Amino acid sequence: MSLLKVEGLTTAFKTSRGEITAIEDVSFTLGEREILGIVGESGSGKSVTALTIMGLLPNPPARVASGEVRFDGKVLTRLSDTRMQKVRGSGIAMVFQEPMTSLNPVFTIGEQLMETLRAHERLSPRAQRERAVEILTRVGIPSAAQRLGDYPHQLSGGQRQRVMIAIALSCRPRLLIADEPTTALDVTIQAQILDLLMDLRDEFGMAIMIITHNMGVIAQTADRVLVMYAGRIVEEAPIEALFERPTHPYTRGLLECVPSLDQDRARLAAIPGTLPDPARRPRGCRYAPRCALRIEACTTAIPPLLGIEAEHAAACIRAIPA
Amino acid sequence: MTPLVDAVALEKHFASGEGALLARRAGRLRAVDGVSLRIAHGETLGLVGESGCGKSTLGRLLIRLTEPSAGAIFFEGEEITRLSTKALREKRRAMQIIFQDPYGALNPRMSVEDIIMEPLLIHGAKRDAPTRQKVSEMLDLVGLPKHARDRFPHEFSGGQRQRIGIARALVLRPKLVVCDEPVSALDVSVQAQIVNLLQDLQSELRLTYLFIAHDLSVVKHISNRVAVMYLGKLVEIAEKRELYRKPLHPYTQALIAAVPVAHPANRASARAGRVRLPGDVPSALHPPTGCRFHTRCPHAMAICRAEEPKIAEPVAGHHVACHLIGPS
Amino acid sequence: MTPLEVGAQAQGEASAEAPGSRRRPFVATLGRLLRHRLFLTGLCLFGIIVLAAAFAPIIAPEDPNRLAMRFKFLPPGAEYPFGTDNFGRSQWSRVIYGAQLSIAMGLAVVALNAVFGTLIGALAGYFRRLDDPIMRVNDALMAFPAILLAIGITAVLGPSTIDAVIALAIAYIPRTARIVRASVIVLREMEYVQAAIAAGAGHWRILRHHILPNAMAPLIVQLSFLFAYAVLSEATLSFLGLGAVPPTPTWGNIMAQGRQYMTEAPWIITIPGVALMITVLGLNLLGDGLRDVLDPRLRVQP
Repeated sequence: MSLLKVEGLTTAFKTSRGEITAIEDVSFTLGEREILGIVGESGSGKSVTALTIMGLLPNPPARVASGEVRFDGKVLTRLSDTRMQKVRGSGIAMVFQEPMTSLNPVFTIGEQLMETLRAHERLSPRAQRERAVEILTRVGIPSAAQRLGDYPHQLSGGQRQRVMIAIALSCRPRLLIADEPTTALDVTIQAQILDLLMDLRDEFGMAIMIITHNMGVIAQTADRVLVMYAGRIVEEAPIEALFERPTHPYTRGLLECVPSLDQDRARLAAIPGTLPDPARRPRGCRYAPRCALRIEACTTAIPPLLGIEAEHAAACIRAIPA
Repeated sequence: MTPLVDAVALEKHFASGEGALLARRAGRLRAVDGVSLRIAHGETLGLVGESGCGKSTLGRLLIRLTEPSAGAIFFEGEEITRLSTKALREKRRAMQIIFQDPYGALNPRMSVEDIIMEPLLIHGAKRDAPTRQKVSEMLDLVGLPKHARDRFPHEFSGGQRQRIGIARALVLRPKLVVCDEPVSALDVSVQAQIVNLLQDLQSELRLTYLFIAHDLSVVKHISNRVAVMYLGKLVEIAEKRELYRKPLHPYTQALIAAVPVAHPANRASARAGRVRLPGDVPSALHPPTGCRFHTRCPHAMAICRAEEPKIAEPVAGHHVACHLIGPS
Repeated sequence: MTPLEVGAQAQGEASAEAPGSRRRPFVATLGRLLRHRLFLTGLCLFGIIVLAAAFAPIIAPEDPNRLAMRFKFLPPGAEYPFGTDNFGRSQWSRVIYGAQLSIAMGLAVVALNAVFGTLIGALAGYFRRLDDPIMRVNDALMAFPAILLAIGITAVLGPSTIDAVIALAIAYIPRTARIVRASVIVLREMEYVQAAIAAGAGHWRILRHHILPNAMAPLIVQLSFLFAYAVLSEATLSFLGLGAVPPTPTWGNIMAQGRQYMTEAPWIITIPGVALMITVLGLNLLGDGLRDVLDPRLRVQP
């Protein structure tokens, strides 16, 4: 049985120009211990998907227009706020992109870590402290016992992200959602954090959902991948299949438009045009205006996600099943 | 042949207060500390390093957007570090800059035409038909439609704004363009458009680029030579293929190894073979003694803590500052 | 990114000006202002007072200073809508002509602040070397409560309308300068300013084209609040006998006079008080609306 099952999820935002759907008809599953990568650019809806699952979007302006999120047998989209709070932390935890703003600057990291521990478990102050040191050591904070009294601004960006991961881990969640966890970090620190996430999955056996715009991060970590564009999933595939046999023209474009260290190209294969404005998305396939394979039929209806091979599906009428 | 740019022992110090208001200790932050480099006519020199290494400051020093604390810069053989305000203003025609943030780089209250025209007006052009014609040509050159001229920056996407910034930088037909992370703030699918545009413009207008970025793949794609900075120091500089194939400095090696794999099949081998750098970049306010990299270096020796390595040239054109590579 | 920011961003993206709408930023801002309820309420309240002041000779034909002792202390009625005071003068005329003076003084203080506050703030913010000397003097002036400073200045210059304006301008200019300086310091580091320097632009051009136009928004917000303070302070000064000299009617001196007859003729002190309240409330609402629409820190960026 899958740990997380998202079905037909549509999240809408009220704006001054009417209601706009940030994500539409998003469906996927996530198994135990699996690392699912969600890749997309700005406006793709990757972060909104994560926040809808966490129930963290303020209503209004956001609302779940249709669909449901099922986690561990419970339908999260129907839980009350207080029950959802229990799920957050102990069931699902989240790490954000900007580790400076996710930590409260007026409390020490020890206080913030122990607060989460207290919220989910009864522990003596002494046991709390021990657990906190243990977790900080595990995420790679050197001399953790001395660092408990540090304030967030005394840590580097990489260390703050480690503390965020420690707080997320403190209640042994079964699913960790990491939203662009390394985007604000330097390459050498990014490599450390990605390695850490992979190690933690192996050690604690939790599932991870990693959200990024960087195909390299996906290649480095994910077992399975969802590619999102303008609010919809356009391709879903196991990692090898995605890189070996990318099917949707957008996925192919994404893979080809970034230079790589392994090969030299005289020119990059750029994707023409710009990302659509969420309020005025094109009719039919959202990628059609930028797509080289576009035909008349692409602009009439939104193509459904169709299976190409086992576990591999693409939302493109021009995709030829293998 | 004289290089287009020849920087000699450039330094930039910033006064810096740190700590609480009352317990403030004035420190000197050496953002750029004794950097010498040359940029040849028509080449693209890539400049990489992590945040806070001083690469952006160095770029701004070279075109005198920031005043150097010490050292000299020669532009086409002429020293520009001591030019009068007037002479410098005239020289600026030849040196321009493209910024990272396409939102902060354009004045929100000016139309696209006014933005692109401003450099021409500063250098004596009149607001007349020929000047307007030049703006049209620039729009065309960077791939923006004619009707963009009357619009305002907020009406454009990030990639289009970057094109406007490029048009503004090139309208004076400069020789050197400092590209300060020109694609890092853009969406992946738009980055390639801008990289291609920069390359096309380079061959068309015979531009020389200093391309500053933290993304090693992009730098490898666009550059002829690549320089690596760490905590205000230049640690290695070499022809692109040489640098990526045979990086000599342990920091360069680690930097290249840290780039995420391009294909999942390489995941295991990349992880096994990676030189993992421990810890974080030290504060530039209190840089380590000796070689600044020794606190994280897997090969650190006693001499690295004590003595700063000199720049050696073990292979022609490949310069590196590391005690492992003795001066040959 | 925090969840709220993501939500706000999704919203902001959607509510951003659509590409292809050829609206100048100014027109777009005006449109947003006219849809802002607080702003419109403020505009109406303040508008009533301004119109009354502007058309004073038409709507209040009776001379505000004409004495008619036999009609003193008449309560508001058909002939004297706001009643009469202890000299039998028409309160209607006095309050409306008082509005004229309040608005004129407010405008003068705002204009002096706009000019000198901008000048001092821009110099201090833009030229690092001038920053310290200018701001220390500024801080010293700011350390005095504005109204006390104004009282001190009028005590030296003597009570008169012009002196009150000068006193209030001097009292508030340091505050305006500080606000301008704060935005200039931020704008000075913007990349478009760097680009202009790289293109060879001189200081004057940079200030005029790149810094001042973008520093206007917070200044305008500040000036609308300042208008309210100025009207209020002017009333305070003339209440204390330090403003315009009687018999010139001002809300402050009418109220000062009415204070003695509070029990037998409460309308004398109440009506200018209400007028003052409407003006200040209107200006504050106007300022709140302007701040919502103009101040980028509170607005969601597309």
